[in-house]
Order: sequence, then C-alpha cells, then structure tokens
Amino acid sequence: MNDSRKRLINGNQAIAAAAIDAGCRYYFSYPITPQSEIPEYLSLHLPEVGGTFLQAESEIASINMVLGASAAGARAMTSSSGPGISLKQEGLSYMAADELPALIVNISRTGPGLGGIAASQGDYFQATKGGGHGDYRIIVLAPSSVQEMYDLTIKGFDLADTYRTPVMILADSVLGQMKESVVMGGRKKSTPTKKDWALTGCEGRSPSIIKSLYLDGDKSSEHNRKLFEKYQRIQKNEVICELNRCKDADLILIAFGSAARIAKTSIETAREKGIKVGMLRPITLFPFPNQQVRDISTNIKDILVVEQNTGQMVEDVLISASENARVTFYGKPSGNVLEAEEILCQIERCMNKVGT
Amino acid sequence: MYYDVTIAGFGGQGIMAIGNILAEAAMREGKNVTYWPSYSAEMRGGTANCTVVISTNEIGSPVVAFPISAIIMNLPSLKKYQSRIRKDGLLIVNTSLIDQGEIQRDDVDIVKAPLISLAREAGNDRLSNMVALGIFLAKTQVVRLDSLFETFRIVLDERYHHLIPSNKKAIQRGIDFVTKLT
Repeated sequence: MNDSRKRLINGNQAIAAAAIDAGCRYYFSYPITPQSEIPEYLSLHLPEVGGTFLQAESEIASINMVLGASAAGARAMTSSSGPGISLKQEGLSYMAADELPALIVNISRTGPGLGGIAASQGDYFQATKGGGHGDYRIIVLAPSSVQEMYDLTIKGFDLADTYRTPVMILADSVLGQMKESVVMGGRKKSTPTKKDWALTGCEGRSPSIIKSLYLDGDKSSEHNRKLFEKYQRIQKNEVICELNRCKDADLILIAFGSAARIAKTSIETAREKGIKVGMLRPITLFPFPNQQVRDISTNIKDILVVEQNTGQMVEDVLISASENARVTFYGKPSGNVLEAEEILCQIERCMNKVGT
Repeated sequence: MYYDVTIAGFGGQGIMAIGNILAEAAMREGKNVTYWPSYSAEMRGGTANCTVVISTNEIGSPVVAFPISAIIMNLPSLKKYQSRIRKDGLLIVNTSLIDQGEIQRDDVDIVKAPLISLAREAGNDRLSNMVALGIFLAKTQVVRLDSLFETFRIVLDERYHHLIPSNKKAIQRGIDFVTKLT
C-alpha cells in the first residue's frame, strides 16, 4: 500500500532521525566513512531542536564528552566505524563501570587496521565481549533493515536508560548506505526515565557520586557483582531474535545484520527449489539468544551459520547449540560483499548431509 | 512483480541521481524498494554504481550479483557487469563513450544508445543519465512516467530545481529513442 508517511532514506539517516525522535540532544563524534550521513544529518537537524552537535578533536575526546553529558543526565550519542570505535573503548569501559547510559553506533569497516569501507561483520567479538578492559558487557543491537535502524535506535536509548548501560548499534555499509522506505514517528514515544543518580548539582540534597575506582577489595567485588547481576537480568529479559520459516525446516540458517538480509533471498530461492530451510536471526547480539538456539537445534539438527567475517558469532552458536546439533560455518572475509548465490550453494551442500 | 537494475558509470555522470529517482518513484507507487550505492572516494572521475530492487513482495538482498538489467555508462562498467546480466535480461549501453565492439552478449536485449548526443539534442549534453532513465522506463515500464516526474522535487537538491524541465525533456528524448527503434 502507498503510505504517505513513508520516506526513502538510508540507514545512517534513519539512525540520526531516530536519535532526535528519541530525545537525544547531545551528539559528539569525529568523522569517518561509512557512517558520514549520521553526523551530516545531525549537524543540520540537531540545532533545530535546541540540541548540540559537536565535532570533537578526536574519537577519544568525543566518547568522553558523551560520558560527561550522560553523567549530567542527558541522552547522548556518538557514532564511528571500526578503528574509531577501537579508540572509544577506554571510554566505553569507564561508562560501563560508571553505569552511564548512551548510544554508540558502529557502522563497521573491513579490518583489522584501517581497512576499507566495504561491508564487514568483523567487529562482532569487540562489540559483544566487552571491547575495552575489564569484566563488562554492553547491549548490542543488530538491525537488518533501514526500518530497524530507526526502531532499534529508539529502543537502544530506552534500554540504555533502563539498565544504565551503554548500548551499541552494530551495522555496516550495506545497512548504512542502503535506502529503503521507513515510517518514522507514530510509534510509542520514547520516554527518558527520571535520573535521580545524575550529577545535576546537589543543592538541597546529598551529592551523587559516579565513579569506577574502588580500591577497597570488598567494595570493588560488590560493584563487579552488581554489574554481573545486571548483565544476567539483561540476558534473562531482553533477548530478541527473529524466527522465519522454521516450523517445517530441515536446516536452520543463523545470521545477523546484513548477512541475514542477503541470506533471506537465498532462503526464498531454496524454498522455490523445495529445500526446507528456515532462519534464526539474532537481533540482540548481547544478550545472545542462547536458549532459542539451544531449543531450535534440539529439534532441527542441521545448522548453517553465515557471517561476513572468518567466524565470530559461530562461537556463540557452538556454545548454545544442543549436543546433537551439526553446525556448519560459512564465512566470507570482509572486502567483497556476500552474495545470495554463494549462500544458496552452502544451503545445498548442507542439505546433502541432512538425514545422514 | 520483481525487477532489479544495476546502474554504473563514472562519478559525476548522475548514476546515483537516476537510481534515487527510480527508487523514490517505485516507493510512491506502493512497491517495496531498495537502493544500494557503491562508489570510490572521488566525487568525480571514479567509478560509481548503484543497484535498485523493486518488488511487490518483501525484498531480501539489496545486493544483486546477477542483475536482470543494467544501464552502463562507461567502458570499465561494461567490462565489469556485462557477463553478470541474466540471460534474456536488458543491457543499455552508452555508445557515446563505449565502442560497440566491446559488447559481447547476444542473449540479452541490448539498447545501443548514444546518450550524450541524445542529451544534446534534448538541450543539455550533461543529461545523458536522464536519457538513459527514459530508455529504461520505455523498455521496462517498471514505474509510471508521472510517478517519476513527481519525484524530481524530492530527489534533486533545490539549487537544481530550475533544471527540472530540461531533465523531463531528456527523459522524453530517451522514451522517443526507444519508440523509434520498434
């Protein structure tokens, strides 16, 4: 149906528009491709709503500005790509320890090193296993359409406030540069929660303290236990994954983000050929859908994991899958984008093993 | 319905512009659409391509390795894409810049069009991309002409709005070129 509210924009613009709709009024970043449309959009539109757009002198400065704005109770955000996200890890670790909410966007590059701007899922480990120093996790959301770039950005801000934690959107140039129709607004408005912990001046009340230094062994242990319990709550309550055509499937393909999007075409083509394949798509990468993978692999033995890297999420699948599952991995090193046809070949190869 | 097209040429030829116009027009007709650009660091002179997918069903991959059709504006793009076009597909070649002898396919519908000369005839030789879009539209009818015209004000930057009438003329020149072929 023709919907006049639909707009044709790219994924980066959708993230930027969603940030404004979510009430984010502070954006700090340092430029890098392929996420440039995010600062471009926000530099134009944040001032219109009284917000602050600041291009910092470096990635490290920008993440610490996010830390400061968040400590003062504001919804704040930064975005970057691969190497820029690496530079922000120290700040991210501090924010996790300080329990400060913020949204961090990684439109990743091919890496390691400076890499290129083509699609890549090589930052999965960095995003989901902490990334910086210390024993922490951040929530990681993996959109696979431009609409999800919008929706998950709004959700990301809400989760960040709810759990007092940094939240990351992990995507790549396929999703950042692709244009699709998006319906913006009109959904449940995001409501920033009241932040009685924020550093807003303590006249008439006792001071709030935000810190990550605990020299006392007991206090340090207590703080880390508190963080751990928070991650357990997140794991219990916030897993999102999409199950598509799994009911009658002989084979389950597991992929996230751009790889999942491209694999949808492979699955359609396979179905037309009579091959019964379905998809499990993790939308939260942390918390990973461990239980969902375990459940589905208990019923359907054959699992094919597809990634635009040489094998990262597959480790979480292997940890989660049932003992009897047969997990096959297909990874394409980043540089050249995954093609639906090569994934179809892998589906057909796996199907030859089904029933054996 | 499902249709896809890869549009490729030099940066500065307006590859992204016609991809955007096509995608926007299809969306306005209520179809699902993806537009996926790919370009090198240079603004002008580098290679640029984009892929537009139009469907009445949900679209899976926005990345298309073997397109149904291609609009090819320069020789490097012909070399890169001609072997990838699906059999019985459509290949539009800019013969103002590409020697016809470079075309190796005989199992696709080929339109050899001197896009720069045609654009010049329509009033502005920089509008070869719009002539190509007119040809594409006449061959595929994948969107309506009026939907296409409606998108100009959205897709084109305001500083180019005074050029909208000449853009329309160039598209019409492409359509007329196809009509004369048949």
